[in-house]
Amino acid sequence: MKKTTALLSLAVFGAVLSLAQAADVTGTITLKGTPPKEKDITPLKDDPNCGPLHTTMPTTHFYVVGPNAGLADVVVYIDGIKGKSTGASAPAVILDQKGCEYWPQILAVQTGQKILVKNSDPVLHNVHDLPTVPGNKEENNAQMPGSPELPFTFADPEMFLKFKCDVHPWMFAWVSVFDHPYFALSGKDGSFKIANVPPGKYTLVAEHRKAGKVTQDIEVKEGAPTQVNLVLEAK
Amino acid sequence: MPYPVPNRSLHRFALLTAASTLALVCVGGLVTSHGVGMSVPDWPNTYGYNMFFFPFSRWVGGIFYEHTHRLLASAVGLLTSVLAVWLYGRNARPLLRWGGMGLNFLGLGIAALVPAHWRDALVLCVTGLFAFGASLVWPQCEPAPVWLRRCGLAAFFAVVLQGVLGGLRVVLLEAQIGIFHATLAQLFFALTCSVALFTSRWWLAQARTNTAARESQPGLGLRWLLLGTTLLILAQLVLGATMRHQHAGLAIPDFPLAYGKLWPAMDPAAVASYNQHRLEVTAANPITAAQIVLQMVHRFMALLILAGVALSAWLSRRRLGAGAPVSRLTATWLGLILVQVLLGAATTWSNKAADIATAHVLVGALALALGTLLNLVAVRQFGWALRRQTACSNAVEPDSLAGLGAKSCP
Repeated sequence: MKKTTALLSLAVFGAVLSLAQAADVTGTITLKGTPPKEKDITPLKDDPNCGPLHTTMPTTHFYVVGPNAGLADVVVYIDGIKGKSTGASAPAVILDQKGCEYWPQILAVQTGQKILVKNSDPVLHNVHDLPTVPGNKEENNAQMPGSPELPFTFADPEMFLKFKCDVHPWMFAWVSVFDHPYFALSGKDGSFKIANVPPGKYTLVAEHRKAGKVTQDIEVKEGAPTQVNLVLEAK
Repeated sequence: MPYPVPNRSLHRFALLTAASTLALVCVGGLVTSHGVGMSVPDWPNTYGYNMFFFPFSRWVGGIFYEHTHRLLASAVGLLTSVLAVWLYGRNARPLLRWGGMGLNFLGLGIAALVPAHWRDALVLCVTGLFAFGASLVWPQCEPAPVWLRRCGLAAFFAVVLQGVLGGLRVVLLEAQIGIFHATLAQLFFALTCSVALFTSRWWLAQARTNTAARESQPGLGLRWLLLGTTLLILAQLVLGATMRHQHAGLAIPDFPLAYGKLWPAMDPAAVASYNQHRLEVTAANPITAAQIVLQMVHRFMALLILAGVALSAWLSRRRLGAGAPVSRLTATWLGLILVQVLLGAATTWSNKAADIATAHVLVGALALALGTLLNLVAVRQFGWALRRQTACSNAVEPDSLAGLGAKSCP
């Protein structure tokens, strides 16, 4: 018993020490240039069931640009760190269907992390994920209004794995799956924060579904936050 | 051998089957054009319902197209089955009687053992009663010739296979099956049109024509041209089906140029750039270099087909005269292909608007069917020219294609 307690204490101490040595990588993604005008989703507005859920014409959200050209929905991750997924114990991510659109439309999760797809609409949807990596499973499930959330998990890393509703063919969400916890999504102001990165030299990648990706070599030092600002160009 | 009076009812029914198949191809095209093929995730049921009992209030969004497609497919399946049975004449009566009774027993058994499935049982019983009732009053005619009965049987198996392929595409989540489903649809339509031709008054009247007179027609070169062009159209339809079932929208957004060039760049950087520039509302799969190649081949094939059809029209008019059936049909064929080229261009210019893309599918189906009919008519008019050239004694005798023969339904 004493031996077990001692081992456990050692493990906890090791973990705390490792966290103490780890540091955050923070920064901002900005967009250079003028993004193209978003497109009207006319099939949504014309749909007799979904149209009334919107008072104005809904549009696409390819480029969500905030003040000071901060670009949202950029997946920022550290390349080359593998085998450290904590997805099984990480809290579930909610993907909601609201106004016959997915919210959020860009997500990032770990392998094994649960995605709960919810239907907040008064209409039926079908939730259809379309992975391109063989280890991830394609499913197509109906979801009636008010029915329980549908759980999805993915076993292998994949960038921008598509979710769609075939009943409403304009509905898409894009999930990036990582086998480690060192990633973040940029917020409305373009800022991001990747927490508790172990010290070392890495390549930081910022990838946007339309603006492409940029990379930068970084060095994370013990306990010292690393600030990185990256620029993506409107195509 | 005396030739029969054509059976108008059978011919009209064959025409109805062909027309319904064309409507089904059209609705299938709408399903793919709207990208809603997976909007009903189960099969053969629809959201757990027996498809004939799916509440109309739930025919929303893409379900409307997909469910209509399934119901219309069931109707075409029924029409094809009736046509196949009709071609067997009175020989089919025992099959109808015992088959109908079997379906009734099966339905009653299901209702007794699994009451929750009463809807499935009801569908089986109604079908069984229909078949049994038909066996009492119809058909009473003689069977059609063996080759025509086989055509009917082939159509029956094709429609069953087509239904299964459509179902497997949904439950196995395999987009590639959709390509086979779309191709078989085109071939099936051509087959139903052929059966309609074989039962027509014109076809039977041609059987009375003297074989020697047919052999005097200068048909061999034209026959090969018609066959080659029809096969090109089939290949083109397979290409089109492959492109449509990628669900990636337009691989090339401009026409007549491709990304502003005669031959677009297809290196990874260029393709990545194309994808980043696309602002898609639907059909959001990324495009690939292979898809761009497919699109370019589709365009060049269109030119080849246009040339083949134009040459066919010119040759047939020159050799047979403007009034000959083959000349008239090739002229119509040329008109169809010109419309098809315009529709192809309009599909690109409209960013693959669903209605225009579906019209493109529809005219493609008509072009293949007309090509098939033209080949048959040419065989009918010129005889088996190839046999004459090679003096192959085992080749098919022209009169073996002679419509319904003396045993036809009265």
